[in-house]
Amino acid sequence: MFKKVKTWGPALALISPTLILLAVFVYALIAENVRISMTNQHTARPSSDFVGLENYFRLFGDADFQHALRNLLLLTVVFLAGTLIFGFLWAWILERPAFGEGFFRSVYLFPMAVSFIASGVVWRWLLSSLQTDQSGGERTTGLNRLLDSVGLGFLQNSWWSDPNWGIAAIAVPAIWQLSGYVMALFLAGFRGIPEELREAARIDGCSEWKLYRHVIFPQLSPVMLSAVIIIGHMSLKLFDLIRAIVPDANTYDIQVPATMMWVKYIGSDYADSAAIGTIMLVLVALVVVPYLVYTSRQEKR
Amino acid sequence: MRRITMLASVAAAGLLLSACGGGSAVEDANPSEATGSVGVFTWWADGSEKVGLDALVDIFAEQYPDLEFNNLAVAGGAGSQAKSVLAANLKSGNPPDSFQAHAGAELQDYIAADQLEDLSSFYEDAKLNEAFPQDLLDRLTVDGQIYSVPSNIHRANVVWANVDVLEKAGLDPEKPPADLDAWFADMDKIKESGTTPLAVAGTWTQVQLFENILLATLGAEGYNGLWDGTTDWAGADVTKAIENYKKALSYTNSDRDTLSDWGPATQLVEDGAAAYNVMGDWAEAKFSQDGKKPGEDYVYFPTPGTDGVFDFLADSFTLPKGAQNPDGSKAWLTTISSVDGQQAFNAAKGSIPARTDVPADKFGEYQKSAIEDFSTDTIVSSLAHGAAVPVAWLNELSTAVSKFGGPQDVAALQESAASIAEKFQQ
Repeated sequence: MFKKVKTWGPALALISPTLILLAVFVYALIAENVRISMTNQHTARPSSDFVGLENYFRLFGDADFQHALRNLLLLTVVFLAGTLIFGFLWAWILERPAFGEGFFRSVYLFPMAVSFIASGVVWRWLLSSLQTDQSGGERTTGLNRLLDSVGLGFLQNSWWSDPNWGIAAIAVPAIWQLSGYVMALFLAGFRGIPEELREAARIDGCSEWKLYRHVIFPQLSPVMLSAVIIIGHMSLKLFDLIRAIVPDANTYDIQVPATMMWVKYIGSDYADSAAIGTIMLVLVALVVVPYLVYTSRQEKR
Repeated sequence: MRRITMLASVAAAGLLLSACGGGSAVEDANPSEATGSVGVFTWWADGSEKVGLDALVDIFAEQYPDLEFNNLAVAGGAGSQAKSVLAANLKSGNPPDSFQAHAGAELQDYIAADQLEDLSSFYEDAKLNEAFPQDLLDRLTVDGQIYSVPSNIHRANVVWANVDVLEKAGLDPEKPPADLDAWFADMDKIKESGTTPLAVAGTWTQVQLFENILLATLGAEGYNGLWDGTTDWAGADVTKAIENYKKALSYTNSDRDTLSDWGPATQLVEDGAAAYNVMGDWAEAKFSQDGKKPGEDYVYFPTPGTDGVFDFLADSFTLPKGAQNPDGSKAWLTTISSVDGQQAFNAAKGSIPARTDVPADKFGEYQKSAIEDFSTDTIVSSLAHGAAVPVAWLNELSTAVSKFGGPQDVAALQESAASIAEKFQQ
């Protein structure tokens, strides 16, 4: 018995502070959050009658929340597609020995060093919705002005102030900021593929496309999966960028669950706010947990 | 243990006091004997607001030399940052001695959570019932009790107009339109002359425009009824009001949602890029700071159709339950409600005093006219600034108004406004 304690005792002592902190500040608070989401605490007046899943049913039946979920889906799809395409493209270009690789790698990675709040303020101006052919068009600024001055005026649009597709415009700065990161991931993936494999394929008479299709891409799929998980969970939680770009928290067009949670919280609707928080946690868990299971299985193998 | 003894003695003292005075310990707190420090929580951390607060603190130091003012201001987000800090402090039972809040319905959250002391007896002691207009007292009273002391008054139903733009469109800047229809006709002329008629910014300024149109269409009584349930949100006159709002939106700048705050919208009027802007009278401070002259560069008038009505919002101060130094809190409340305090603060901040007996000669031209209107007009509560409805109601209505900006579906806005009202009025 004592011997056993001697083996796992020190290890336990070592990790117990983290365990306790995690238990209190993560899991206990999640539990408290779930508890509040099942009460009727919809105003500042303290009340904690248990109502079960009623808040969740009402939220899912609420047109505004459905709009927020739809926005979230759209944002995630555009954000993922954008970062993967640009990230892969840049990595693919830099992967072949080219002039100024180090320079461009830094250029692409730099946006990631800027905080969402700081870049959001600039993007608010860039994504101004005024178009040159509208009344007051001479005041047009940002991307619309740029498009107009290079002769692409027909591409001008109202960016994020559109109730159906506006949220996709929010993905533009997010893509700008994180494509470099995805590029770095892919670059590491490319570098991890030994040159011998390519040579072997070429000797076997592989065309360049087939080489990618059958040798490189399969080797890159774990990197791709990591990128999807990392970008996906960031997208599901995205809040600061939206708040920095969109001046008013109540703006309907770009409402996603994270911003809606904030609005409910400010209005003292703690139960609904907690319920939205729980829904977001579940959504993120749906993305992250399978990945964790997958990687731990991989490691065991 | 010592704490408990202290609490017990305080409670005993309270009992004794109530035995002779018939009030609680807090009610009998005596500001003139107060000592120690007073922690006051505001979101007045910079700009004209900070200048106003400093002026107020100077008066406070004069009136109560034994008290030390402890500035607990939290900057950022037009008060939203401060409110979340405050909510946390109140929840954890660590309230400041007094905190800033918009007067009116915004306080209901704190009242519901039992975090505020009733100040009715303070109003009697300080004779505020005579100093403030009765309309204002009515707007501040919740279930027969008053929970806050207003330090300054703003007006939300003012139109600011660019003189050059009006003249270019053949309009006389001295003669404001009499009602909404006349105003819309004027805006048609401005549109023809090639300028954006009406400047508006993001969601809250749209809500403020919506509130002005509701007020102009329904009148003061009908407008008040929207919040207390006597006006039917589903009624035909509300439909008419929403149609008017839709019409007003058609005159506005198309980039309204992307303007970061009220400032850029008012700037459009200043620059002559738009003719009108419906904005609270803090716009006056912006015009004068930018060196514009009233009557020459810009004119102001009550939103057409709301003449004789003063759409008010106010900052006010409270006495939270469990305040460390209730004597000091009352001293602070006495200062901000005194003639000297109201004059010093408002002259610096650009708002007007809540008292009607403050001499007007230290104020600017706009403020003088507003002081006069405030004492004679019917006073109603602003929707967009938390005076008319609690925050949750305002948030939901704001989202509905923001949603309206896209498809402009009158029936949908009316339906959701009605169901929101129903939800909060029960």
